[in-house]
Amino acid sequence: MTDLHELTTDNMEISGESIAAGNGVLGQRMLRKEDPALLTGEAIYTNDMKVPGALYMAVLRSPHAHARIVSIDTSAAAALDGVHSVYSGADLADSWAAPMPCAWPVTDDMKNPAHYPLAVSKVHYVGDGVCAVLAVNDSIAHDALDLIDVEYDVLPAVIDLEKSLSDDIVIHEELGTNKSYTWPLVIEDNEGDCQKAMDESAYVVKERYIQQRLIPMAMEPRAVVALPQPFGGDMTLYSSTQVPHILKVMTALTLGIPEHQLRVVCPAVGGGFGSKLNVYAEELLCVQLAKTLKVPVRWNEERSENAQATIHGRAQIQDIELAADENGKITGLRVRLIGDMGAYLQLVTPGVPLLGAFLYGGVYEIPKAFDFSCTSVFTTMTPTDAYRGAGRPEATYAIEHAMDALARKMDIDPLVLRRRNFIPKEAFPYEAYTGLVYDSGDHDKAATVAENILDYDAMRAKQAAQNVAGSTKRLGIGVSTYFEMCGLAPSRVLASLNYSAGGWESATVRVLPTSKIQVVTGTSPHGQGHETAWSMIAADKFGVDPSDVDVLHSDTAIAPLGLDTYGSRSLPVGGVAVGLACDKVIDKARKIAAHQMEANEDDLEFAGGMFTVKGSPDKTMPLAAIAFEAFTAHNLPDGLEPNLEMQVTYDPPNFSWPFGTHMCAIEIDTETGAVEVLQYVAVDDCGNKVNPLIVDGQVHGGVIQGLAQALFEEARYDDDGNLLSSTLAEYLVPAASDVPPITLGESVTPSPTNSLGVKGVGEAGTIGAAPCIMNAVVDALSGLGVQDIQMPASPLNVWNAIQQAQATNQENNA
Amino acid sequence: MEVSVTINGTVQTHDVEPRTLLVQYIRDHAGLTGTNIGCDTSSCGACSIHLNGEAVKSCTVLAVQADGQEVRTIEGMADADGTLHPMQQAFMENHGLQCGYCTPGMVMAATSLLAENANPSEHDVRIGLEGNLCRCTGYQNIVKSVLAAASA
Repeated sequence: MTDLHELTTDNMEISGESIAAGNGVLGQRMLRKEDPALLTGEAIYTNDMKVPGALYMAVLRSPHAHARIVSIDTSAAAALDGVHSVYSGADLADSWAAPMPCAWPVTDDMKNPAHYPLAVSKVHYVGDGVCAVLAVNDSIAHDALDLIDVEYDVLPAVIDLEKSLSDDIVIHEELGTNKSYTWPLVIEDNEGDCQKAMDESAYVVKERYIQQRLIPMAMEPRAVVALPQPFGGDMTLYSSTQVPHILKVMTALTLGIPEHQLRVVCPAVGGGFGSKLNVYAEELLCVQLAKTLKVPVRWNEERSENAQATIHGRAQIQDIELAADENGKITGLRVRLIGDMGAYLQLVTPGVPLLGAFLYGGVYEIPKAFDFSCTSVFTTMTPTDAYRGAGRPEATYAIEHAMDALARKMDIDPLVLRRRNFIPKEAFPYEAYTGLVYDSGDHDKAATVAENILDYDAMRAKQAAQNVAGSTKRLGIGVSTYFEMCGLAPSRVLASLNYSAGGWESATVRVLPTSKIQVVTGTSPHGQGHETAWSMIAADKFGVDPSDVDVLHSDTAIAPLGLDTYGSRSLPVGGVAVGLACDKVIDKARKIAAHQMEANEDDLEFAGGMFTVKGSPDKTMPLAAIAFEAFTAHNLPDGLEPNLEMQVTYDPPNFSWPFGTHMCAIEIDTETGAVEVLQYVAVDDCGNKVNPLIVDGQVHGGVIQGLAQALFEEARYDDDGNLLSSTLAEYLVPAASDVPPITLGESVTPSPTNSLGVKGVGEAGTIGAAPCIMNAVVDALSGLGVQDIQMPASPLNVWNAIQQAQATNQENNA
Repeated sequence: MEVSVTINGTVQTHDVEPRTLLVQYIRDHAGLTGTNIGCDTSSCGACSIHLNGEAVKSCTVLAVQADGQEVRTIEGMADADGTLHPMQQAFMENHGLQCGYCTPGMVMAATSLLAENANPSEHDVRIGLEGNLCRCTGYQNIVKSVLAAASA
C-alpha cells in the first residue's frame, strides 16, 4: 500500500532533489492523502469525539407548522432521572445578544423576522425548536422530550407561495406581510427593450417551472460539541460545519461573547452541499448552555431532525419568457421568480435567487432586453438556503428547458438552436448583458465533445425509428449547456449585492527548519480533498514531493483567517492563495540564497528545490539549507526577518466561469412511467485541473445530485404543513442501483483570471444535470402531446402526464 | 444487562440497557467510532458491519442479539501492520470515497458482496449495494472500486 504517513516521516533528507519545480505534480491523478484515515475508521467526526463529563442536548421540535405556544410544562421531564435541566425559549430569551444571523440583506427594505434558537411565543414550521433538554446521555435526553407538555393554539399553515403573497394569513405578524423582498436585476438603458422584444419577435415561449423543495441530506447529520476551557473563559466549539470562520464571527456576535475567546474546530465533516454553510440554533444553544453551566454540552442530529431542522434547498416558482427572431436568435428574456424563504431567513437565504439572477442567459448571446425580478416570501416550512449550486441550477434549468421549448416551437433540433446562440470562442473575455465579464469559454468545443461521445446524430436516427405510433418504449435525448458563476467572490461585487462579508481567501505557507512544508488554508474541506490538492500546488511550486507538505485547516486557532468552503470557491480562491503564498516564500528564500552565495538575486534560478547561480551550475543552495539558515538567523541579509513563512490574502478579480455541455439518452416505459437513463455524458470545463481524479469525482457526484432532483427527490408537505418525506425511507436519495454510469468528456479552457488557470468544479455537475434529464424526458414524450412534466419525473408524474396528454388528444380529435 | 461480543477478535463485555442497538454498543460501549450512523430508519447502511461474517446494518440488531457472536467492524479490516484490506485499497486507488462518512459501511457491504459473488458484474455491484447510500460520489467510483477489488 501507499503509506503517506510513512513517506512523510521516513524521508527526512533534503526533499525535492529528485523532482524539478514545475515538477509535473500538477495534473496528476494523485491518490488522496485523506483516504487512509477515512477508510480505516480512524477519522474523527464531531459525533465520534469522546468528551468526559459532557451533557447531551436534545431539542423538542414543534409538531405544528404554525401555532401559538399557550403553555409549556417541563416539570415531568426535569424530574426524570438523569435529566440535568430543561429550557424553554422564554427561559433563554435573555441569553441572546442578537437574533440568529442573516448575512445577506439583499435590499434595504428586506423583511427579516427576529429568529431565536428556541421559539418563544409562536412556532413557524414543523421542526422549529421549542425546548432543549440536557441529560447525562443521549437516550435519557430524548426520553425526556416525551415528558414535556406543550399546549399549542394551532394556526393555519401557509405552504403555497402565491397564496402566501396574498397575505391572507400573515406568518410573522410583526412584519405585517409575508413578502420578504422584491429584487430586480437592474440593467442600464434597457427600459422597454424586453417588452418590445416580446411584442415584435417571431417566436415567444412563455413557461412556468417549479423548482421543488429539496433536502440536502449530507450523509453525516450535524453534530456539535461546546467545550468550555477550565480557566480563562475560553470556549471551543466543535461543529460539523463548512464554515468555521463565519461561524466564529457569528457566534460571537449572537451570544455577545468576545471573539478572541472563541475557537471553532470542524473535525472530519461528512458532506455539506451547502447545508452546513450556516449558523444553526443548536450550535448557539450548546455554546450558550456550556458557557452558563461551565460543562461541555453536545448534540447530535437524528436523520428525521436533519430533514426538518437543517436547511432545504431550491423551492422557487420560475416564470420565464424567451423571445427569438425567425432564426432562433434570442431577442429578449424575462424572468419572474417567487422564492420560498421558508419560515425564517437563515445565513444566506435571501441571496440564493440573486446568485442565479445573472445566469438566466446561459451560454448565449443575450441582448440587453433582459428583465429579471425576484419576489421572496415566507411560508410555514423549513427555512431554505444554499444547496449545491444555490440559484445557478435553477437559472440553468429555466433557460435550458425554455430553449428546448423554443426548439419544439420552431421545430428545429435543440442542439442546432443552441449553436445559433452560443457566445463564440473569439468573443471572450465577454461582457455580458448583466455587466459581468465571462473570462473564458469554448461552448462549441464542449458541445462537440459531448455530441461525439453520445453519437448524437445516430441517436436521433435511432429515436426516429423507435418512437413510432404505438411504441411503449420511447427514447428521449437531452441536451443542456451551462455557464456557472462561482469561485465566490470579488469582495466589491459582493458589496454591490449587499452581502455582509468579503470573498477573499487566506493562505500561509511556512518551510520548517527541517524543510518540511506547512500550508495553512482558510478553506474548510468536507470531502473535496483539499489536503491532497493544496499539497500538490505547494509541491509543484517548491519542487518537492507532495508527501513533504502538510495542509492545516478547519481550526480557527491554527488557521485564524479564512472564509471557508462553499460556492465552488476553494480552489479558484483558496488554492490560488496557496500558490501565491508559495511564491512569496520563494522570493524571501531567494534573498537569503543570494546573500549567502554572494550573488545577485536576479542571477538565481530556482528549480527542483534548489537555487542555482545562472551560468555556474556548481554554485547551488537547496531550499532545505535556506530553511535552516532562516531558522537560525545567524547570517541573514540586513533587515530581513528570520524564518520562511509568508501569508497571502487573495481577493479574486473576477468570478470563476466553468462551463460545459451535458447530454443523455433515456427510455420511458409509457405503460409504467418509468424513466431509465441509458447513457449520460458530461463535459465540464473547469480550466486547468490540479488533480483530475478529484475533479472527476466532483462531477460524478454533482451529476447524480442533479439527476436526483430530476427523477427522485422532493420535500413534500401536506396542507397542514407536515413534512411527509422526513426520513431516507421517504425522501428518495438514489442508490447505486437507481443511477447510470457517467461518461466524462474532456475540455480544458484555462481561466485567464488566476495564476493557476483554474475554475471551481464542486457544483458544475449538479447545474448541468437536472435540465439535461428533464429535456430528455419531454423530448421522449412530446410526440405524445406532453408539453412538460414537473420535477421529479417519478413514474407516477410521468404516467399522469401521458394520460392527460392522451385525454387532451382525444378531446381535440372528438 | 451484560452483553459479550467478540469484536475484531477481542471479547468485550459491557453492561447495557436492553434497548441498546448493536451500533450503539459498538460506538458508545466498545468505543469503536469508525462505524457511522446516518439515519434512523435503517435506510442508509452507514452502520453496516459483519455479524458472523455477513454484512448487516448494525442499527437493525439489538446488542443483546449479538451476545456471544462475532462482529467485525471497519477497524478490524486492515492488518495489524496497517496494510489496508484489498477492498480498502481498491477504494483508495479508485477514489471510491469523498467525505468518507458512508465509506466504512460501503467497505463492509462490498466485502460481504464479494464473499457471496466473487465475480460480480457492474449491475450485480449496483444491486448488491442498494442498501448503502452515498451522497458524494454518484456511486461511479464506488462501483469501480468493488469491481477492481473483485479482479485483484
